[in-house]
Amino acid sequence: MSHSDAEAHTLRPSWRPRPTIRNPWLRWSLLIGCGFYIIYAIGDVHLNPERFISGIPRVAEMLGVMLPPDFSRWDLLFSGILESIQMAIISTALGIVLGIPVAVGASRNLVPGPVYALFRGYIGMVRTLPEVLIAIFFVKAIGFGAFAGMLTLTTASTAFVGKLLAEEIEAIDPGQVEAIRATGAGWSKVLIYGIQPQVLPRYIGLSIYRWDINFRESVILGIVGAGGIGATLYNAFGRYEYDFGLAILLVMIVVVLIAEWGSGEIRSRIQ
Amino acid sequence: MLRIEDLTKTYPGGRTALNQCALSVEQSQVVAVIGPSGAGKSTFLRCINRLVEPTQGRIFLNGTEINALGAKKMCRIRRRMGMIFQEYNLVERLTVMENVLSGRLGFVSIFQAIFRRFPGADVELALEMLARVGLSGYENSRADALSGGQRQRVGISRALMQRPQILLVDEPTSSLDPKTARTIMSLIAELARENGIPALINTHDVGLATEFAQRIVGLSEGDIVFDDFPKNINASSLTRIFGEADWKQMGDSGHHTTGRALDEPLTEDTGKTVSLEPIKA
Repeated sequence: MSHSDAEAHTLRPSWRPRPTIRNPWLRWSLLIGCGFYIIYAIGDVHLNPERFISGIPRVAEMLGVMLPPDFSRWDLLFSGILESIQMAIISTALGIVLGIPVAVGASRNLVPGPVYALFRGYIGMVRTLPEVLIAIFFVKAIGFGAFAGMLTLTTASTAFVGKLLAEEIEAIDPGQVEAIRATGAGWSKVLIYGIQPQVLPRYIGLSIYRWDINFRESVILGIVGAGGIGATLYNAFGRYEYDFGLAILLVMIVVVLIAEWGSGEIRSRIQ
Repeated sequence: MLRIEDLTKTYPGGRTALNQCALSVEQSQVVAVIGPSGAGKSTFLRCINRLVEPTQGRIFLNGTEINALGAKKMCRIRRRMGMIFQEYNLVERLTVMENVLSGRLGFVSIFQAIFRRFPGADVELALEMLARVGLSGYENSRADALSGGQRQRVGISRALMQRPQILLVDEPTSSLDPKTARTIMSLIAELARENGIPALINTHDVGLATEFAQRIVGLSEGDIVFDDFPKNINASSLTRIFGEADWKQMGDSGHHTTGRALDEPLTEDTGKTVSLEPIKA
């Protein structure tokens, strides 16, 4: 560094934000590496502009056939939607009740280590699998229909409530629990008197949120044969009845929106 | 009544909180346990009802060896040991009445606890307790709607609902303003005397301790370094308990300063009845 350079530096001090990755070698090699990987990946998924362009008229054609939506078989549509809603309600009711023991078992501050590991293992396993995969399993095990869908959603709900409620239980104020313990209350009384009041609002919120999720999921599960409106939709597309398909989609969207709005409304009121 | 022998507590990690402490309380007296933060006061109290498991030592309450009991029997003994906490530790989302009645949890069935169907006698006692501590009419208020002093009164009621054989009181006034602190301390001392039970009160407020206790136990780094009448506390004993400081500022016996509002008349009569001010929500 020459003398004049140093002088310029002292005259005009410059400041730059510190880069997230401080080592320049690491920073640049990561960036270049990512660039190469993306180029490689594009080749791997057969990204083909010609195919994309040739598909556009087909999409337009399909949309043309879809319109106007065909509501003539409304009874089929209605019974499908009803089955989905009932699946959602029953599995939510079962799931949020069975989720309580799961949550208790998965709370580090309530149960001994092995029990905790067991319940966390269950939650981890169920939550790793998407609902559709669980549904495929139940359909294979007990056959097509809403029953398989209901079991799927119930199972998923127990893991959902179990995990999120357990997190709430682990974050409670230990002082309140200590005080109830000091009165000579045993484990179960501490649970209902010292812990339940602290986590109840969260539990109610979770339950409503899960009902909302279950409804959306119940719509999809039919695609793998687990009952509900999804099955009707799948069949409609299979028979190229796009206009009926669009009718089903529209009704699904409306019902999901209503469910989401309703659950948001209720949850905002209990917080 | 209460006899503690050789009580030692070493926490996992090796920190020794209590070092072979011995204490015997043979009459229904108020014993103030004073000492700096970290001296082991809280551990000492919690070893007595075994919210903290002692490492070593024997504890007898009315002839029962507490440290030898199994979990079930410990619960049965604990229902007769009232505890009062620094942060009140009320169940915040429950009503005042539910909190007071929780003192009876050890005596009712799980179904009575779930549906809050406490026996009539318990409800009656709870209402009497609330009247006694000056909280009549607050039965249905939620605990988190009360002020600090009010919450501590609920905490006191909860402990006394247990019809305790001993009161374990952990820093009851540390979260309160000086005036409320005095009222609360005097209320606890008074209730202990009325019920003829001993009370162990942890505090670092020497003024309140000397005023309301009949006996002072000084803890320093896990050792009992002082055990005498309040009048015998002086600068050298305070130094032994808390460490070097200019104790002259506190007055001869540490009586007349902390915890007392300046405009209040001084009185040696610690047994006077404290009138509880009307309480505003």
